[in-house]
Amino acid sequence: MSIAEIQAEIVDEFALFDEWMDKYEHLIELGKDLPVIAEEFKTEDNLIKGCQSRVWLHANLNDGKIEFTAESDAIITKGIVALMIRVFSNQTPKNIASSNVDFIDEIGLKEHLSPTRSNGLLSMLKQIKMYSIAYQAKV
Amino acid sequence: MSTQTDILDLKKIRADFPILAQEVNGKPLVYFDNGATSQKPQQVIDVINTYYSNENSNIHRGIHTLSQVATDAYEKARKVVQAFINAEHEHEVIFTSGTTGSINTIASSFGKAHLKEGDEIIISTMEHHSNIVPWQMICEEKGANLKVVPINDAGEFLFDEYEKLLSSKTKLVAVTHVSNTLGTINPVKEIIAKAQEHGALTLIDGAQAVPHKKVDVRDLDCDFYVFSGHKMLGPTGVGILYGKETILNELPPYQGGGDMIKTVTFEKTTYNELPHKFEAGTPNIVGGIALASAIEYMNAIGIDNIASYEDELLTYATAQIKTIEGVRIIGEAQNKASVLSFVVDGTHPSDIGMIVDKLGIAIRTGHHCTEPLMNRFNIPGTARASFAFYNTTKEIDVFIEALKKAIKMLV
Repeated sequence: MSIAEIQAEIVDEFALFDEWMDKYEHLIELGKDLPVIAEEFKTEDNLIKGCQSRVWLHANLNDGKIEFTAESDAIITKGIVALMIRVFSNQTPKNIASSNVDFIDEIGLKEHLSPTRSNGLLSMLKQIKMYSIAYQAKV
Repeated sequence: MSTQTDILDLKKIRADFPILAQEVNGKPLVYFDNGATSQKPQQVIDVINTYYSNENSNIHRGIHTLSQVATDAYEKARKVVQAFINAEHEHEVIFTSGTTGSINTIASSFGKAHLKEGDEIIISTMEHHSNIVPWQMICEEKGANLKVVPINDAGEFLFDEYEKLLSSKTKLVAVTHVSNTLGTINPVKEIIAKAQEHGALTLIDGAQAVPHKKVDVRDLDCDFYVFSGHKMLGPTGVGILYGKETILNELPPYQGGGDMIKTVTFEKTTYNELPHKFEAGTPNIVGGIALASAIEYMNAIGIDNIASYEDELLTYATAQIKTIEGVRIIGEAQNKASVLSFVVDGTHPSDIGMIVDKLGIAIRTGHHCTEPLMNRFNIPGTARASFAFYNTTKEIDVFIEALKKAIKMLV
């Protein structure tokens, strides 16, 4: 599936939730289900430090596509991290670099990308884009 | 169930704070982030409005009537602050941009004039970054060393350890009066007296103390006492640096500019007298005037009444939160101000903060600008509810229910 298709799928999924609580409970589930990042990749280099919570992001180029694994110490943040991984992992650097990230806004979680949240998500998104640009040179 | 105290007329007080009547995320606002900034009563908001509507003019040196009106209001505000902290002279009260501005002023001016290589400055483990970093910067510049007084697991200042750190090398001791993260009230009078035995100057960070308890700088006998307006019902961008006259007179100015000079030629400038020597440039005039009105508002309620009532809130909230399984209070000093910091087993503070926010409750989560303190407790941060005198035990009940709900969702 393309990045746009996955985003549309997530928007459909979240359309089922009217209440913020259901939405948050879903994020918490997603966070709990996110595969744990290998301990060897939870390094200072892979750490995206927010004021509130920490996010680790590891990238690996495999067969022309970038595989992302990630982790956060806060569970709601981790739920959103899981969504980002679903959208961007196993996509080509070119597609990642040229993609928009509208789904966060569309599912009503825009506040989580606000700089005042200082949760590392905005930095994670920038980092994903950085990797895509860096890896474009390699493919 | 909550029991409402009768120390204060809460209905009347809450009506003075327009912001408290609103809903957040569809729920009545419960504002428990007073440690970060307090809300403002209508009386203070009106002073700001009136100043800009009727009195606005630049102060000092103006010959016209409005300038005189503004200058009088600003200088009257200085006297109100002087009385509030019981300073001996009004020119010992310097208006700054806030606590951070006040500490940087002293770190820079004192450091330039008096710090030498090998000298020592003592702070404590529970300092806010603003009472750590300015000292680190000047120590680095001067080759001086920063010494840190440890705390115990309850979050109390270890006086014995402090005494061991004091020596003839100690030039200044900078300690917080009340910890913004733990609520610990430090024995600053004893800390000051001990520093004096070694000839060291003392600076007390009163940002979290003045909104909640009576402060008398002459009784404390500190050399410097600093605090912010916005944590005590006043506007942001204004704060106070109190300093003893003799010591401030000895120090070089911090910033150069207008108002702080006596005469200027290209060859030499002579500096103005206190307090103007430390007040370069057009100050936050309305900020100073509004801060005085905030003090007058607090005085009308009575600082001791505020302190007793907030003690009741803290005692009640502490008892309630202790009934929740998995909650650990961070900061259990014997002597505490109305700050309740906690962590919940198996959750991150930011998750707690996000969920209770959805329920209309404003608390703070994170390291509260006290990273070394978080490292001391080996935690990434805490969730912190901090209470003001306009809060109620009923709001604490709402908060406790919200916290239970959050924990149920997260664990």
